[in-house]
Amino acid sequence: MKAAVFDYVRPRDVGEALSALKGNDAKPIAGGQSLGPMLNLRLARPKVLVDVSRIQSLRQIQDEGEAWRIGASVTHAELEDRPLAGCEPLASVARAVAYRAVRNRGTVGGSLAHADPAADWPLVFAALDATLRVMGTGGTREIKADAFMTAAFTTQLRDDEMIESIRVPKLGAGARWGYYKFCRKTGEFPEASAALLLDPQRRIARLFAGALDKPPASLDALARAVAQEGTVNPEAVAAALARVAPGMGLAARKLRATAVQRAIAQV
Amino acid sequence: MSEAKSGQGVGARLPRKEDSRHLHGRGTFVPDIILPGQREVAFFRSPVAHARITGLRRPAGSEGRIFFRDDMPEVKAIVAPSSLPTFKLSEQHHLAHGKVRFVGEPIVCCVGRTRAEAEDLAEQVEVDFDELPALIDAHKARLDPTVRIHEEWDDNLYLTLSLDNGFEAESKKADVVVKRQIDLARQSMNPMEGKGTLAVWDDRANQLVLYSSSQTPHLLRIGIARFLGIAEEKVRVIAPDVGGGFGYKCIVFPEDLCVAWLALRYRKPFRYIEDRREHLVAGANSRQHHYNLTAYASKEGRLLALDAEVTIDGGAYSNWPFTIGLEPGQATGNLPGPYDFRGYRVKTYCVATNKPGFLPYRGVARTGVCFAMELMIDAIARAVDKDPYEVRRMNLVRPDQMPYDNVARKHYDSGDYPRALEMARDKLDVEKWRERQKKGEPDGRIIGIGFASYCEQSAHGTSVFAAWGLPMTPGYDQAAVRLTAGGGLEVRVGVQSHGQGMETTMAQLAHQVLGIDTARVQVVHGDTGTTPFSTGTYASRSIVMSGGAVVNACKALIPRIVRIGAHLMQAPEAECRFEHGAVVGPGGKRSTLADITEAWYMRPERLPADVDTQGLEASLAFKPKRDTGAFSYASHAVAVAVDTETGQVEILDYVVVEDCGTLVNPAVVEHQAIGGIAQGIGTAIYEEQQYDANGQPNASTLADYVIPGPTEIPNIRIFHLESPSPYTELGIKGMGEGGAIAPPAVIFNAVNNALDPYGVEVRETPLTPEKLLEALEKAKLVPKREAA
Repeated sequence: MKAAVFDYVRPRDVGEALSALKGNDAKPIAGGQSLGPMLNLRLARPKVLVDVSRIQSLRQIQDEGEAWRIGASVTHAELEDRPLAGCEPLASVARAVAYRAVRNRGTVGGSLAHADPAADWPLVFAALDATLRVMGTGGTREIKADAFMTAAFTTQLRDDEMIESIRVPKLGAGARWGYYKFCRKTGEFPEASAALLLDPQRRIARLFAGALDKPPASLDALARAVAQEGTVNPEAVAAALARVAPGMGLAARKLRATAVQRAIAQV
Repeated sequence: MSEAKSGQGVGARLPRKEDSRHLHGRGTFVPDIILPGQREVAFFRSPVAHARITGLRRPAGSEGRIFFRDDMPEVKAIVAPSSLPTFKLSEQHHLAHGKVRFVGEPIVCCVGRTRAEAEDLAEQVEVDFDELPALIDAHKARLDPTVRIHEEWDDNLYLTLSLDNGFEAESKKADVVVKRQIDLARQSMNPMEGKGTLAVWDDRANQLVLYSSSQTPHLLRIGIARFLGIAEEKVRVIAPDVGGGFGYKCIVFPEDLCVAWLALRYRKPFRYIEDRREHLVAGANSRQHHYNLTAYASKEGRLLALDAEVTIDGGAYSNWPFTIGLEPGQATGNLPGPYDFRGYRVKTYCVATNKPGFLPYRGVARTGVCFAMELMIDAIARAVDKDPYEVRRMNLVRPDQMPYDNVARKHYDSGDYPRALEMARDKLDVEKWRERQKKGEPDGRIIGIGFASYCEQSAHGTSVFAAWGLPMTPGYDQAAVRLTAGGGLEVRVGVQSHGQGMETTMAQLAHQVLGIDTARVQVVHGDTGTTPFSTGTYASRSIVMSGGAVVNACKALIPRIVRIGAHLMQAPEAECRFEHGAVVGPGGKRSTLADITEAWYMRPERLPADVDTQGLEASLAFKPKRDTGAFSYASHAVAVAVDTETGQVEILDYVVVEDCGTLVNPAVVEHQAIGGIAQGIGTAIYEEQQYDANGQPNASTLADYVIPGPTEIPNIRIFHLESPSPYTELGIKGMGEGGAIAPPAVIFNAVNNALDPYGVEVRETPLTPEKLLEALEKAKLVPKREAA
């Protein structure tokens, strides 16, 4: 299929992009790795596409001391190729996002805004306790990554807003990171995923299960148990998952429990 | 022959002539052909599986851009007659008429300057449906005819085949009886290039020209002429580069008839290029078989008799020209596989359902029957507590029995089936894997080892196809060869090469006979205007049939060459012989092909008075001495690791020992096998089109329909045996389909070997992580013996 008719604009800066977005039935596009197919399938039919992929301010990666600030139009490949001191998980996660051709074009902001529950970044940024900076014609606001997605393919973003950047706190000394995703084949969205951060220096223990039919689900009680005991038993994992995602079939329960246990096993 | 020494003849690993253009992106496929004023065609397709069409509307003024069936009155319905008893005909209109019978069935044809514009028009069409219950389960559709796909029938059965040969007597001798239900999912074939046709009226030639992604251009020409009611000579079909066929492109499709009609009516170019969504939804047309099998064996594991009920989910329509009868015909005849047993009773139902009509996919029915039979062999082994390898070996047809007429009256021509299995076992190094299996993997995964054997009827000819009742039966294949001025050669064949490397292998065959450098052999194919008739490329037939004709035609030139050469040397013809591309006379005098072609084309005054005036071109045919097929065969052996926590199966080693008779080009054979195995791995682990209760397909993109990629295909190690066929030229057997036959069988057998301690036996493709986990989780609830 081919996309329905749309207009295309390529603003020079965020201000221009926001005016283009306002009231125009417009949609931002960066790498187009999810929106492209949706346009072609005519599942998305915006009147205007606002290409934010070349706005310089969105393409920056900045060291803010306590944190890294990653522009929304930074590609997965750029994160893969540039390890960030204190945020090492980002490069290792980026390396396994889809496959290189997708990583060359796809952006972190695009992934967050698209809000596929199985995608890597919504889960990883939630676990890393990142904060999104969202800009709109009405002003700028900060939204915690673990609250940004409100349902599958749904976020807090309003039609006239766009993600400007993501602030990812640097890990403390001795922090441990576990990330596991199960994909049927290389490059596919996972069937189950989990991310765990244990950062004793900052007194943080965060565990999230991804690839559910809803936003990444916090399993913080499990994370605290792991932080304290060094491990948890399979029954506790099963019970925690049953609370956040009830009604799963036998196989789905098992697979998600495996993802959580394998993420834990990595720390 | 000494031509093997040149590194170009039969048996040489000659790099493919096709590779350069494809690797450089310089191929020419149908969508690469752009003609001035060309229009694009899109279809409004049925969004429902089963319904009566009660209303059909288009915007005022869209006539000439939006077409209903009745706007194209000259187009006849696609009906494929079959001579099989009990066969019922289906009638498929180029655009649905009265009823729709599957999701994706074309109802309205829309024309725009671009594909997007054509799709915009399709969105403006309004169709009213009176929905009917969707028949999705073939068993239910067969047993309950209250809802009927084709209402003029009295049930939902295309046909029923049955065969009983010695079943009663043989089954009585059995010590053990093993029953299994075995199922395969519905698949799309997914050639890299979908189907596509560009039709244009050529005023100069006074012909309708179709550029079409076709495996069978000559058959497509006949189909277009017949269903459009025009003379065949007024149609030319050109199949340029074709990006894979697998059986999908042997068929006359409604879309072809629409663009052909448009080009005839408006005398402009019109094209339809299928996209992946259309392919997945409207082309989910293969592999779905259901088996209820009962095997009767001795306590040693010797198979004595097999009782089979086979149900094939035929979908909504029978295709032209292969008919829906081909699949049940092949399933019924090929289920006994490479095994020596004497009692066989089978009943095969081919059932109409609300899905795209079944088409023959690489391996045609044999992927299914091999899966069923090989799982049974392993099940028998478990029942008699023996190694499946041993049970398999003791049941294979032995070389001293060749040629062997089997229980389904198939005639196996040659080969050493047990040796292929033994070699596969050795090459896999089974002892090493057994040890590793015992020890256990450090990561907790469990190892399984599996085997599968099959034989593959290739190049089956007239009598075989006639028995399947098809409206089209292949007979002789022809090749036309012509020496060119300067000593090169043109070879024209009616088959089409779309990945088989025939531009290379046909040249090798010509080289074998005439000694001409393969770089100077131009193979012409895929164009009804320039090639002799052939039914085309399917059924692993081309290298045997067209290849045999190439050899015959080249041989026919030799006496003519020798006569001219002898005369040029002024030597007695009887003392001259043809050798390494030249005529050699007494005392080692030589007359080269360049001398000889120069004389024939440019300097006829030099020719002898008794020259053969047929000159340096010849058209000859080939048909095997016996047309019941040259049977290739192979054993596959794998080692897998099963992750019982995720349900993931990793193939750690994959060994193939295959025998396709005389190898024309081992590299081409291996690459064909690898491609087929990749598709077979898809069948085994990944691919499936599922339907909900309303007949809606669940997968419409490759995000949902999972096909294996390069990282899912293991390193495949291939070894050869060479048992020439007694019936074909040079002993060549076909092998294009074989790779796709055994993978599901061998992988499932390996997984079942791994899962044996858990009491789990999987028998349903694809083996998704979900299915495997579910089976394991359920098994935990039951003690082993009960679970088995």
